This record gives sequence, C-alpha cells and structure tokens, in this order.
Amino acid sequence: MTDYAVELIDVTKTFPSGKGEEIAAVDRVSLSIKHGEFFSLLGPSGCGKTTTLRMIAGFELPTRGEIRIHGKSMGETPPYHRRVNTVFQNYALFPHMTVYGNVAFGLEMDRAPRPEIRERVSEALRLVRLPGMEERRPKQLSGGQQQRVALARALVKQPAVLLLDEPLGALDLKLRKAMQIELKHIQHAVGITFIYVTHDQEEALTMSDRIAVMSEGQVLQLGTAAEIYESPASRFVADFIGETNFLDGKVESFRDGQATVLVDGTLRLTAPSAVPDIKIGQPVTFTVRPEKIGLHSDPTDRAVSGQIEEVVYIGTDTRYLVRVSEGSRMVARVQNVGSADQAGFRQAEKVYLTWEPDVARILTK
Amino acid sequence: MSGRAEHRSRGPLIVVPAAIWLILFFTLPLLIVVAISFAERGRAGGVRLPLVFTLEYYQRLVDPLYLGIFWSSVRIALVVTLACVLVGYPMALFISRVAPRRRNAMLLLVIIPFWTNFLVRTYALKLLLSAEGVVNNLLLGAGLVEAPLDLLFNNFAVVLGLVYGYFPFAVLPMYASIEKFDMTLVEAATDLGANLRRAFLRIMLPLTAPGIIASVILVFVPVVGAFITPDIMGGGKVEMIGTLINRQFGVARNWPFGSAMSLALMLMVVVGVIYYLRSSQESERLI
Repeated sequence: MTDYAVELIDVTKTFPSGKGEEIAAVDRVSLSIKHGEFFSLLGPSGCGKTTTLRMIAGFELPTRGEIRIHGKSMGETPPYHRRVNTVFQNYALFPHMTVYGNVAFGLEMDRAPRPEIRERVSEALRLVRLPGMEERRPKQLSGGQQQRVALARALVKQPAVLLLDEPLGALDLKLRKAMQIELKHIQHAVGITFIYVTHDQEEALTMSDRIAVMSEGQVLQLGTAAEIYESPASRFVADFIGETNFLDGKVESFRDGQATVLVDGTLRLTAPSAVPDIKIGQPVTFTVRPEKIGLHSDPTDRAVSGQIEEVVYIGTDTRYLVRVSEGSRMVARVQNVGSADQAGFRQAEKVYLTWEPDVARILTK
Repeated sequence: MSGRAEHRSRGPLIVVPAAIWLILFFTLPLLIVVAISFAERGRAGGVRLPLVFTLEYYQRLVDPLYLGIFWSSVRIALVVTLACVLVGYPMALFISRVAPRRRNAMLLLVIIPFWTNFLVRTYALKLLLSAEGVVNNLLLGAGLVEAPLDLLFNNFAVVLGLVYGYFPFAVLPMYASIEKFDMTLVEAATDLGANLRRAFLRIMLPLTAPGIIASVILVFVPVVGAFITPDIMGGGKVEMIGTLINRQFGVARNWPFGSAMSLALMLMVVVGVIYYLRSSQESERLI
C-alpha cells in the first residue's frame, strides 16, 4: 500500500488570458491526501479548487507538476484509465437512460458480466437509499434523488478516490444538511478517499478530516477544521472561515512568541504570533473571534474597555458592536443562555472585553 | 367566465385564413393532379377534356425502365443525404465549440448561400468543374493529370451539385441539436470508463439524433425529387424522377403520365418518412 491516496506535486495550470499572457488558475499546489480521508478543497469562486479537482480526474492536464494516484504518476492518462470517479455539480445524469442504465454504465464500460452488474447496481442504490428506483428516468426524480443517483453511479465502480464537485449546491438548506451527514456515513461505510470541493466553509468544517483553503490558485493553509478555525495562518483564511475581528497596528514588543501590538496609537493588545519571526515596528493585524470575547460591566485586569455601539439579537446569540478605540470597533458574540428579559448590555453602555490569552492571534499577512 | 366561452367560440375562426390558403393552394391542386393521373392524354398534349378514366399511365410506371429510374433517384438521394450528414455533423460540432464571437460569423458563412440564387450557384459549380474550369486547370498545371477530367454530366457531378445545394439544410438542424447538448455528459461518460469513441456513440449520438433526423428529412425529401440540379450538372445524361416528371409537363406534354409519376413519388416519400420517423422514435428511448 502506498503512502498517500493522491499526491499533487508542485502542480500548476495556466490558461492564456487572451492578451498574450497566461493566467495561473492553479499555482504551484502541493498536497498529500491520505487513504480513506475526507479531504476538502475550500475557497471562493475562481480560487482554482475545481480546476485542481478536474486535473485529478484527468479532464485537464497540469501545465507543470505531477499528480500521483496511489503512488502511480498519472502523466497524460485520460479519465477513462484512472481509477477515479467524479460526482458532478450538475449531476450529469444521462437523460436517455433509466436510473439503472446510468448506474450500470460504468460497469458496462468495464465489460462486467450482466448478473454482476445487476447485483452491484442494486447494492449501490441501497447504499444511497434509493432502492427500487431502477426503472425511473432522471427527469422523474427530485434534485436530492438525482444527486444520490450520481453518487451511486460513481461509487458502484469502487474507485480508489471519489471526487465531488460542490454536489450539494443545488439543494435547499435542510436537505443539504441531511445529505452532509449521509455523505459522511457513506464515506465511512465504503472507506474510499473522498476529495470534496466546496465554497461553503460550514460544509467543509462539518464533513472534512482535513481542509485545504485555496485562494487565487494557491493553498493558503492546510489542516483539520479545528486547526484552520482556531489558528488561521493568514488574514484571508481568518476572514473566509467564520467571523473574525481585525485590528491593524504596529508591533511594539515581541517576547516568547507573544507580540504586543499598538492599535490606533492608544490600544495595546497582546497575543501569540502566527509566525516566529516578527520585527518591532512591523505592521501586523490582531485577530480574535467574536464568540471568544466575554463582556463584563466591571473592569478586570487585561480587559479592554469599550462602549457599545450596536446590539443585534440573532436568536441564539446577541451580537455587540463595541468601540474600543477612536478608529477601531470589535464584534462580540454572547450566547443568549438566559431568557429574553434577562438584561444583556445596552446601547452606549460602557463594557469590558476579555478573552483567553491563547485564542487571539497576531497575523502578518 | 364569459371571456372563456368567447375564446372557445372564436378559436376556430383564427384557423380560417390558414385553412383557406391550404385548401386553395394545397388540397385543390393535389386533387387536380390526382384526377389528371387517372385521365387520358389529350391528342395534342395536356389532358383530354372532358376527363376519361384510365389506369394506363399507372400501368406504364410499373416498367423496369421507370422503376429503375425511381430506384436510382433514391440511391442518389441517399448518397447525397449521407454525404451531407457525414460532413455536416463534424462541421456543426466544430462551430458549436469555437468561441461565441466567431460562431456567428461561421453560421453566417453557412447561411449566405441561401441568399444566393440557387440557379446561379449551380451554374457557378458547373463552371468550376468544366473542362476549362478552375479545377481542371489546377490539376493540369500541377501535372497531376495529362488531359482534363470528365467532371461533369455524370452521377458524380449531380451528387456534388446536390450536396452543394442542400448542405446548409443539413448543417443547421444538427447544429441546433449539438448546441443544446450538454458536454459534461461526455465528460461523465469518460470519467466512468468510456473512451471518446464509446462516449460519442452511447451518449452524444443518441442525444443529438433529433437534429440528425431532421437533417436527413430536410435533405432527402427535396433531393429525391430534384430536377434543376440533375438537369444542369447532368446535362440530360443523368435521369432522375424529377427530370422525368419535368419532361412530361414540358416537351413530352403528357400530363397524366407526369401526374401519375408525381403521385407515385409522393406516396413513396411519405411512406418512407413515416417509416423512418417511427423506427427512429423506437430506438431513441427518450420520453
């Protein structure tokens, strides 16, 4: 057994931009995806995640770099010779075939014997919870059902790796959440490596073992959901995943990995630095997530004082917009643990903000 | 409520102009032709009036000579249709794949021949292929032949002229079908193990078949009864049903015979097209 299910080694894909130049849709991406892992490529539209997926599938060839599947270099191998199958964003079900015809297609291409095909197709349909739908046509199915047929069609060939290109995008919220859980179950049941492309960060956080956050063709950060959320390495990642407070300032001092930043000339904030080398005077960004902030009416040491500018009730939480210095505001999220009439803080009230020392971060980029 | 009832009673009225047109210019002429086909020829030509019933001309048709001409016309039409589809499909595919800006220009190039007089186009082709024409001059000049080739007044010339004339009719319906076709289906097929040939045969071809069928009918039906092109490109040496019928109403002045031939042709084409449509619907499996 090889070390990794899929490896991308310095993969680059460029397209001519029409002005004589070249645009890099994927820019020197290197990834090592483990066997049986649920791996997500997460990023905004145009970040290169779909192009990366398509190169693994074989629909595009890298301009530079190497792709290995189960240790074997793919080179110019066409999609029909790769042990990889894809679930497309628009499902791409064959409209002129029944559900059975669609799911059986891959097995027919392999020239498997008829009885075997029959058995494997009904097994695949059972796996995606669509038993008995063999004779239906794609047109007669709902979006969720079509998506499951597409999944069954890809899984029935027992590929080494399953690629999913934003498969849940067209479904409504409730169905999407139900399918996320189902996909996780199926992945555990079959044990296949899943590579999942999405722009929905909550989806990626929910389902993935590891996530690669991409922007403009590059992988900005690679890690587990917790690593990426709690320790974002860059401003983009901190901003793209969940909500973050950003306060820009200059480094005043740096000791034992902790940097003190002077914001707006008046506010001093100390936090661990994301990078080990930081210089005095360097412009950096202090970040802390809204839900990590506690609000108090009385000052405590190390608390930052501020004045409430806005109170927004969001059901589960209350969002407070607090002015902490002349040019900076912070958002704090407090869970509404009590009943509605239990007073939270009010507009224009003076409050004190605290947080655990390790949850904040100083970012340099 | 009253509005609906009014619609219902007025609905049939809208059909009236079209119905009058069809009756005057389709049904009546057709009935006239049918009547004449069962009548005797006039002494000096045309049809003898008052009409006298006879089956003479239908009986004449069932002669190896005329059946042979029917059959060779069908053969020529099949060859022309096949050529149009075999060349037209890849062209339609190509046009659908180029950048949108260039696509319109290309479609224009396909359509422009429509705006030119059919007769003029056919004569132009004839000039190109003649013994002193461009093609022969090129071949002679390049030393590929020693004497000018006989490119005209044979089946080849007629087929070429018909393909040239009816090619746009073939490209456009197939282009419409191909343009609507979702190429990710081919990607999905290759992803599932089909090489390009199998992906084309199992996925793309069945789903673009409606366009192909339309093209086949649009080319075959007029070509099987063509008479201008065989006349010009064949110079009287290539006999098709169309030229035969044309002659009955021209120099031969045998209207009943011409009418009988026309009806026989019409019957053959109608039956053929119905049969073709039925069998392609069965094999299509589309809802």
